[in-house]
Amino acid sequence: MNKDKALLAYTLRLGDNALVLGQRMVELVAAYPELEEELANANFALDYLGQARMFYTYAGELEGKGRGEDDFAFLRDENEYRNFLLLEQPNGHFGDSIAKLVLYESFYLLQLEALVNCADTRIAEIAARAQKEIRYHLRHNSQWLIRLGDGTDESHSKAQGSVDDLWRYTGELFAPDEVDNVFEAEFDGPDLFKIQDEWRSNVAAVLEEATLTKPEDGFMASGGKEGRHTEYFGYMIAEMQYLQRAYPGAEW
Amino acid sequence: MYTQGLDQKDKSAPKRDAMEAPEQLEAFQARIDGEEKIEAKDWMPEAYRRTLIRQISQHAHSEIIGMQPEGNWLTRAPTLKRKAILLAKIQDEAGHGLYLYSAGETLGVSRDQMVADLLSGKAKYSSIFNYPTLTWADIGAIGWLVDGAAIMNQIPLCRCSYGPYSRAMVRICKEESFHQRQGFDILRVLCEGSREQKAMAQDALDRWWWPSLMMFGPSDAESKHSAQSMAWKIKRFSNDELRQKFVDVTVPQADFLGLKVPDDDLEFDKETGHYRFGEIDWQEFIEVIQGNGPCNKQRMAKRRTAHDDGAWVREAAQAYAGKQAAKHAA
Repeated sequence: MNKDKALLAYTLRLGDNALVLGQRMVELVAAYPELEEELANANFALDYLGQARMFYTYAGELEGKGRGEDDFAFLRDENEYRNFLLLEQPNGHFGDSIAKLVLYESFYLLQLEALVNCADTRIAEIAARAQKEIRYHLRHNSQWLIRLGDGTDESHSKAQGSVDDLWRYTGELFAPDEVDNVFEAEFDGPDLFKIQDEWRSNVAAVLEEATLTKPEDGFMASGGKEGRHTEYFGYMIAEMQYLQRAYPGAEW
Repeated sequence: MYTQGLDQKDKSAPKRDAMEAPEQLEAFQARIDGEEKIEAKDWMPEAYRRTLIRQISQHAHSEIIGMQPEGNWLTRAPTLKRKAILLAKIQDEAGHGLYLYSAGETLGVSRDQMVADLLSGKAKYSSIFNYPTLTWADIGAIGWLVDGAAIMNQIPLCRCSYGPYSRAMVRICKEESFHQRQGFDILRVLCEGSREQKAMAQDALDRWWWPSLMMFGPSDAESKHSAQSMAWKIKRFSNDELRQKFVDVTVPQADFLGLKVPDDDLEFDKETGHYRFGEIDWQEFIEVIQGNGPCNKQRMAKRRTAHDDGAWVREAAQAYAGKQAAKHAA
């Protein structure tokens, strides 16, 4: 894989991750347990949508075929998306959402911090902005995981269940493929092994404070980065893409 | 919005009113007449306080329930930009709700109590949010018409005699005007688009026009409780005056879009400079207020489910806070 192709693929993945997670968060609007959390969720989802738009716009420029943010979001099929499986999992209850966010954002923040120093100026600029947003998300969401874990018996058991269920999707975050390797070598991109070590210790610290048990690393599901998704994903993008698919070429 | 609440009776008021001295009431009215702002710690007649609690909490509930019809298109918004704009708008509404609950709390009622009254069905919210959003054009129509009607109602509330409410309204009105322009822009693009898109816009206007006119509440002849609110300068214009203003402003906008307002009696009266319009179906209004609108049950069910599903989360937060407090005390 050449340098240009890897940069485009890497940028699109960043966009896909941001959009898919943002869309899942959007599904939760008007269903949150407290008004303050309603505001936080909307705020965080807006950050992800904003990041997706920046990454897609840049991907369009890199590709040079006239595609823009909406072409990538609304007119690609399921198997063209390259997001992590973790992010497309259904929302479940509040504990599931929080666990998903803590597990992912603990990774994403480290990824962004590394990208700030990468050799591609545009990616570095977007990462510089995004890392501020995600640092705040992670702090907020970690505090919630701690409250749930160290709250009542019920919340503890629910939070533990959420972490246990989602753990199998975390392996994919750190399994480098050709795109990651070329991006790391050519653009001074993130070293996923190094990130994994930091992630382990950061997540372990949050889990410990939350009085939760870190699950054993068993079987790890993967496929998102190659476009092989879980069944849930098709429904999610069918709903998201409906208008663009039903009225081809229309302006909105 | 939301001044529909002013027309409900306050059954417990007369008993308490009897305990208030005439000179106190006179002094209070003199402050109102002198355009002074009443603040949270000032003395106020019990009926004034009750009226404001009813209106402010109804307004807050409307913001919260109003997130649902728009949220219905959030996952299906046609572009990322539209999705982000809609999400920001809905977030603004949650913020308005929070802000208004706080204004309500200055009158001595807790947010928990206000929310409990909404969930039990005791407190109302604006009738408009019991209509469904069936196409993307409805999101445009809500911004243009519903927020437009809300602005008509709310701009005078910026001068409301109760300080915390009037100040909340200043900020809310700024955001609402922004929302209205965004809604109009959605419809403008649809009206400049394909035949199908224009039909979508017309269909949305057909369905939202009359319910929007109902947002101003019953006609002046039927609105028995407005007089006191006008005297207290909670309300500055009558329902019919505001409704007329809304029609006068909105009809030319519909013309601009090339859409037809669904009222065969609509006619510009050169002598008065106002539009004459047809009779509102008040029976429909009453039905919706009484819980028989297309979405009343759905809206309340969703709010109750969100509240109930969140109980374990709130309990956890409280238990955790208790543990932390105990740790710090030790």
